[in-house]
Amino acid sequence: MTLVQIILAVILMLGGAFFLTVSALGLLRLPDFYARTHAVGKSETLGTILTLFGLAVYNGWGLSTFKILFIIFFVLIASPTATHAIARAALRTGLEPWTRKKQTGEDTKDKKS
Amino acid sequence: MSSFLLGITIFIALLTAAAMYRVAVGKTIFDRVIASGLVGTNGFILLTLIGFIFGRINMFVDIALAYALLNFVVVIVLGKYFDRGRERQP
Repeated sequence: MTLVQIILAVILMLGGAFFLTVSALGLLRLPDFYARTHAVGKSETLGTILTLFGLAVYNGWGLSTFKILFIIFFVLIASPTATHAIARAALRTGLEPWTRKKQTGEDTKDKKS
Repeated sequence: MSSFLLGITIFIALLTAAAMYRVAVGKTIFDRVIASGLVGTNGFILLTLIGFIFGRINMFVDIALAYALLNFVVVIVLGKYFDRGRERQP
């Protein structure tokens, strides 16, 4: 493997680790289920794609590279679909979205319920 | 390069342990499902990295592929199972 290949793989994997960190921090710190879904559904997909593509670049040409590219293609389709299904199930069940007015308790006169 | 792969592996394992906190104390059941999906996704990234560290990527990439398929099926089935929209209708 050449030096360009190793440098490109290191850059891609560091980017993937950054987006996975964003995903985990959003899952821990955001206040609501829908906000956590917003953090996880996109950052998780991009972090997974970047990390696995860095590993595919590091591997070079071979059968394992095509399998890793197939995993990337599958994650690109399946991960937003799964997040969308969970968010739709939560909305149909009746989970209320978080707003700042409801959180602080002020301005309760225009609430319907 | 091998030590770099080991460092990335340990870092993603720590992120997975942080996501396990949301699985344990999540307010609703959907938080737990989303967090377990994140744990599964980090799981097959870890499996691919471990395959490169051990030098047996031919074997580990098949296991990672099976984990990716099973993770998607588990999240979809749990989403259908905890969907209580029909019971809210009068």
